[in-house]
Amino acid sequence: MPIDTNQKSTDLRTEEMIINMGPQHPSTHGVLRLEVTTDGEVVMDVRPFIGYLHRCFEKHSEKVGYTGVIPYTDRMDYLAAMNNNHGYVMTVEKLLGLEIPERAEYIRVIIAELGRISSHLVAFGTYANDLGAVTPLVWGFRDREYILDIFEMCCGARLTCNYYRIGGLSGDLTPEMLTKIREFLDYFEPKLKDYDRLLSYNKIFIERTAGVGVIPLEMAVNYGITGPPLRASGMKWDLRKDEPYSIYDRFEFNIPTGKGLKGEVGDCWDRYMVRMWEMAESVKIIRQCLAQIPEGEYISPKTPKMIKPPKGEVYVRVENPRGELGYYLVSDGKPNLYRLKVRSPCFTNLAIVPAISRGVMLADLVAIVGSLDIVLGEIDR
Amino acid sequence: MDLEAIAGKLNARFPEVVKSVETAHAGDPFLVIDPGRILDVAKFLRDDPEMSFEWLMCLSGVDYPPESIAVVYNLYSQTHGRRLTLKALLDRNDPRIFSVESVWRMADWHERECYDMFGVVFDGHPDLRRILLPFDWEGHPLRKDYVYPESYRGVTNKP
Amino acid sequence: MKEWVDGLIRGSAALRGMPPEVSYFLAMVFFGLCAVGFMAICALAFVWLERKVSARIQSRYGPVYTGGKFGWAQTLADAVKLLMKEDLVPTSADRILFNIAPVITFMASMLTLVAIPFGDGLIVADLDVGIFFILAVSGMAVIGFLMGGWSSNNKWSLYGGMRAASQIISYEIPVALSLIGVVMIVGSLNMSEIGRFQEGGFWRWNLFRSPFLFVAGFIYFTAALAEINRTPFDLPEAESELVAGYSTEYSGMKFAFFFLAEFANLFVVSAIASVMFLGAWTSPLPWQLLPGPVWFLVKAFGLVIVIMWLRWTLPRLRVDQLMAVCWKYLIPISLVMLIGLGVQMWKFPVK
Repeated sequence: MPIDTNQKSTDLRTEEMIINMGPQHPSTHGVLRLEVTTDGEVVMDVRPFIGYLHRCFEKHSEKVGYTGVIPYTDRMDYLAAMNNNHGYVMTVEKLLGLEIPERAEYIRVIIAELGRISSHLVAFGTYANDLGAVTPLVWGFRDREYILDIFEMCCGARLTCNYYRIGGLSGDLTPEMLTKIREFLDYFEPKLKDYDRLLSYNKIFIERTAGVGVIPLEMAVNYGITGPPLRASGMKWDLRKDEPYSIYDRFEFNIPTGKGLKGEVGDCWDRYMVRMWEMAESVKIIRQCLAQIPEGEYISPKTPKMIKPPKGEVYVRVENPRGELGYYLVSDGKPNLYRLKVRSPCFTNLAIVPAISRGVMLADLVAIVGSLDIVLGEIDR
Repeated sequence: MDLEAIAGKLNARFPEVVKSVETAHAGDPFLVIDPGRILDVAKFLRDDPEMSFEWLMCLSGVDYPPESIAVVYNLYSQTHGRRLTLKALLDRNDPRIFSVESVWRMADWHERECYDMFGVVFDGHPDLRRILLPFDWEGHPLRKDYVYPESYRGVTNKP
Repeated sequence: MKEWVDGLIRGSAALRGMPPEVSYFLAMVFFGLCAVGFMAICALAFVWLERKVSARIQSRYGPVYTGGKFGWAQTLADAVKLLMKEDLVPTSADRILFNIAPVITFMASMLTLVAIPFGDGLIVADLDVGIFFILAVSGMAVIGFLMGGWSSNNKWSLYGGMRAASQIISYEIPVALSLIGVVMIVGSLNMSEIGRFQEGGFWRWNLFRSPFLFVAGFIYFTAALAEINRTPFDLPEAESELVAGYSTEYSGMKFAFFFLAEFANLFVVSAIASVMFLGAWTSPLPWQLLPGPVWFLVKAFGLVIVIMWLRWTLPRLRVDQLMAVCWKYLIPISLVMLIGLGVQMWKFPVK
């Protein structure tokens, strides 16, 4: 029985004001509606409303065949498109029991880590923009242009790339692309120090974010928070190290966690800094990949022409820039899949906003939602 | 501890709660459990030190016409590093199951999505309403026999 | 120069047989219009300058197409665009207040111009209570913000208006306290006197006369930034939180008024800072290399660029942090500075 979501079950008190932040709003990172009950500037209650970007991805996936689903996965978390692809093709390959050539694995990791840097740059820029500093937004996007140029070179599209295929990739990386990636890394590493000097240790920025929106660790686990928010709350948990998939176990990199340097462990500043430190780690991983990448094929020759995995079901998860992206795939042996459920990290992370925003100011609510780094495409699918 | 052992422990604690252990297919094996006692099973799985499945990774619905709709729970234990998949099969004409939101708060929004897409009613859920579709939408889209509506609030899909 | 024009006007008016009061009035109107005209052109130029400065800080170019090489005609294009927009008044808005609000805000910044000395004797009205008049009049802007926020009948505008009111009224106090220090050491409220007091080289500027005045200068600058709603204190118009705050519902020329009032305020605040602390029209060295007005404009425009620079570098403060900065930090520090300055003047009398 559908319930009218506009009904307020408690009595309306006259001192409180109910405001809508969104769906059209500069800070809600997409079409999100937050119904905020405020008493002056202090937030009493937040009710998030989503579904404005629902495009029925899971229903479509049952009709287009296994390979046809890959472009749809791009459009879920459009800022880290390749990482979504990676999760899906790994799921189907696990069900098929398919081995992927070495070179394809290395290229997959390079592109996924570049996608991670690109996504974190957007998170950094838009978060700073929410808090009033416009310059980091333009700087972040300026550096991201180089990554998008690299994506365009390898698959033709800048944002929704559709580069991965079941069994490997859709094309190879030429040596000049590898050189370009190396040049980008050399250009980008000093920029991270620039960003730190501009924003991360700025007194006003710290005042706005430190101690705000603290997520205690037990609450994070219970709510299923993953990704940078979980690491910021102190848990050293990263699927690339703790449940290594693809070839991540061959690389040396650290997992940055929040230590409460400027406020409490698990506040907005920690979540922001974990992303900045992760960008440096991604650069390390890409450098190691470029040093180790072998020659070979980019797609497995054993890939079947018609993808028809055997009857069964599997749950595979990968480390998206925003958290743990899980694909639960049920196959019944036919060319179209039976059921695909996407466990979206932002969908799970957003649910914690009402719990941590009681009693904060309106400006803090903007900081909290920004620090969780949500993308509505992934939440609504 | 493998799947058979977990099933044995569950059956020892809650008699006959595990209806079957499915391993014959490709991919992950799962346990089919009795939906009536899901809340007790969930609490046991989370709190018992030998089980300690602190993480509910994913909660989804799967439609198996004509008899049942399944609710699938993917659990993960960080202390022991093992996974568990539970499937509860519900009657397709009146799918009701108790909510595990009080055990893992993550289930809150995922159960709302399952209700939205499949029509599964979760008893004891604090705020069961549609999450992805508008509040006055009729029908549950991810069911296999879903008929696309001709119009919604006066907007038709005919040219 | 001013006396010459003054004499011209009065003379020609007397020739036509007008009484001296009328000719005085005409002269005043003429000079007032000169100042307003200069201010309007300045505001338009600052809009262009802001876009260029912000662009260069963000590693991009800014306007380059309109009007040839540097995009100098961009503001003209924007002004024409705003003039041609439909003048919307929301149905449930309070019409009278809605229409008056931008006018009051603009008026508040323009009125201060009559008491600012552009050079030695180049001042529209040489009031004996110059700085007092300026402070009093610039406080009117808050009425305009409140009116705009309330009459738009929009919760977000109301938020913006309330935030503006609390912010501007609170920061009037550190502004006044830091300026009192200058008045103490000069001994007069008259702006021309204050300027003449600082003649002779940059060591005679008020900023360097005393360590207490040095700190007071920075306090004035910070508090004035809050007065004119510039980042890091731009909550009332925080784009990312409140869409456009109190000016959300305004369009067309009324929006242009709010916009221009902000840029006019930029100049006013920088002008007051350069008159009170940086020596008005005097040159930094004992001999006059350039004419007085040129030095004054150099200093004022320099401070304007600093304010723009700050806007594009710093994030925004939250409302309670803003209030804390004012009441817990700026006011106590400026009071201590006043006491220190008083003690210093008693021990080392000013020559």
